[in-house]
Amino acid sequence: MIEARQLTKVFQDRKRGAIRAVDGVSFTCRPGQIYGLLGANGAGKTTTLRLLATLLRPTAGGASVAGFDVTAEPGRVRANVGFLATSTALYGRLTARETLTYFGRLHGLADAVIAARIERLADELDMREFLDRRVEKYSTGMKQKTSIARTLVHDPAVSIFDEPTVGLDVMTARNIVRFVRERRDRGKTVIYSTHVMSEVEKLCDVVGIIHRGRLVAEGTVAQLRARYGEADMEEIFVRAVGGEETEAP
Amino acid sequence: MSTRNILTVYAKELRDSLRDRRTLVSMILIPLLMIPGIMMVAVGVSARVMSKARAEIPTVMLLGDGDAPAVRAALAANRRIRLVPAAPDWRQRIADKQLRAAVELPAGFDAALARGAAAEVKIYDYEGELRSGFAVGELRTFFNEYRQRTVAARLAARGLPVELIRPFEVRTENVAPPEKVGGNLVGGLVPYLVILLCFTGAMYPAMDLTAGEKERGTMETILCSPVARSDLVLGKFLVVLTASLATGLISLLSSGATFLARGLVLGGGGAAARSLAALPAIDPVGLLLVLLMVVPVAVLFCAVLLAVSLYAKSIKEASSYASPMIILIIVPAMMGLLPGLELNARLALVPILNLALVSKELVSGVYHWPYLALIFGSTCLYAAAALAFCVRLFNREDVLFRV
Repeated sequence: MIEARQLTKVFQDRKRGAIRAVDGVSFTCRPGQIYGLLGANGAGKTTTLRLLATLLRPTAGGASVAGFDVTAEPGRVRANVGFLATSTALYGRLTARETLTYFGRLHGLADAVIAARIERLADELDMREFLDRRVEKYSTGMKQKTSIARTLVHDPAVSIFDEPTVGLDVMTARNIVRFVRERRDRGKTVIYSTHVMSEVEKLCDVVGIIHRGRLVAEGTVAQLRARYGEADMEEIFVRAVGGEETEAP
Repeated sequence: MSTRNILTVYAKELRDSLRDRRTLVSMILIPLLMIPGIMMVAVGVSARVMSKARAEIPTVMLLGDGDAPAVRAALAANRRIRLVPAAPDWRQRIADKQLRAAVELPAGFDAALARGAAAEVKIYDYEGELRSGFAVGELRTFFNEYRQRTVAARLAARGLPVELIRPFEVRTENVAPPEKVGGNLVGGLVPYLVILLCFTGAMYPAMDLTAGEKERGTMETILCSPVARSDLVLGKFLVVLTASLATGLISLLSSGATFLARGLVLGGGGAAARSLAALPAIDPVGLLLVLLMVVPVAVLFCAVLLAVSLYAKSIKEASSYASPMIILIIVPAMMGLLPGLELNARLALVPILNLALVSKELVSGVYHWPYLALIFGSTCLYAAAALAFCVRLFNREDVLFRV
């Protein structure tokens, strides 16, 4: 379960002064649900996700993730979250198995449990072939699979995926979308940000559109269609953020 | 703080670093080859230059010797100098290093000596030039002996004993052990190189584990794991310290091996043996104590380097901060090499300089325990402060996510 309450983040910039990257964002994502976060570049999506993953501390407001407060118990939040973003790269000189073992140990798992999880994830994500090769030799798809496995090695209650299919071929992207859906079906809480509108329509139970740090629209795909009188998600997005002049998502 | 997490981070970072060729070069290859290389080349070259200079018989010109055949004959008979015919351009020849020295005798020198009158002998040399200096030394020895023979003859002519004008002899004898002599000669050089290598050994891993992680995008990956920031920084710090100490230890071992080889091949002959023979003996226990004293300095280096590199956004930026710091290390370490600068309570509080000074004593086999304690304690204090600063920095999101 994720509950964001008036989540606010202000950055101080020497030249531009105070920047409200996230401005009073509130939403709830329940177990067994995929919450899709839509927003243009610089809208405050990544900052929101970083606040939920406790990489940043909120300036005001708060959030609880898997029942723990992001400000008071950041360690416990991280122990229950799997966070994947375009900025969370892998260690090139380690193999996938070593990477997963490392993160499993940091999550306090016993080596036997880690070994069993690696076997399961390797099957589910079709990683067996490259499991013991160094990550630096991987294709983009192999890297992304390893990254996803890295976020799941501790079987977290909450998964945060920030554009997980960026730069992937159709088959790998489909594989990953299927995998994310399976997480939801297992009763996990999933927050998913993407630029691919077809993924939003296929995956997300609830969609939140973020613009200039604020949550400007929220609802199921059907609710948003009804509200804006549009069937196409792209049109809905453009109308929600106030017109064409906004940078495309 | 969790020891398990610190060790997990340490083990992973160490494995990761050891798979990086650049770390291996800076940690193992450079210290392994640098000290023996510098020792062999520097000492070998200077020994060769000296022995070549000594082997040369200096050319000397006798000026105004028309009426001093006795001195001329004695000089010509001296095999340690080679007398060349007088020429008007003797000054130029000395400047051109074709002639090492010239001797000017006053008119009627032999006659003046026979009369018992005072006379002055002038030696012209090229001051600061090694071979000219050797020529002057030979000439001084010759004229001293010539004077002594003259005095002895005069005393004998008057029926007086030689002891009349030499009531006592003065002799100097060295009581410093050979280690002490060696310590003063190169003792400063070994710790200087060890300090420098400890710093350079820490430099690359420190940058790679912080700014490098930011650059490669793995910093955010590790920050979203539940490991506490303090555990993360301590794990990383221990890897940098391992690299720094390994570099220092390898350089000490290689210098130890160089000195050991000196003993083994001394009798063997050959160019290598000759240059090794020129190395003075140093105290092996002192060398080990140097390593012990290096530990807190290495901690200080690692913490400072880690903090500076963490602040940087990329390895390039980190190296532009870290490289000028080498000057900050070299200057006090070099000051320790200055002859005459001795350790005192105030200097014992100056980091790096204190280590350079005490190391010079340690390799000479001199242990000033109160100073050793003061240096170790004060450096530990500085190191702890630097490490605390580093941990604080790791908790600042504006540093971790600096854009």
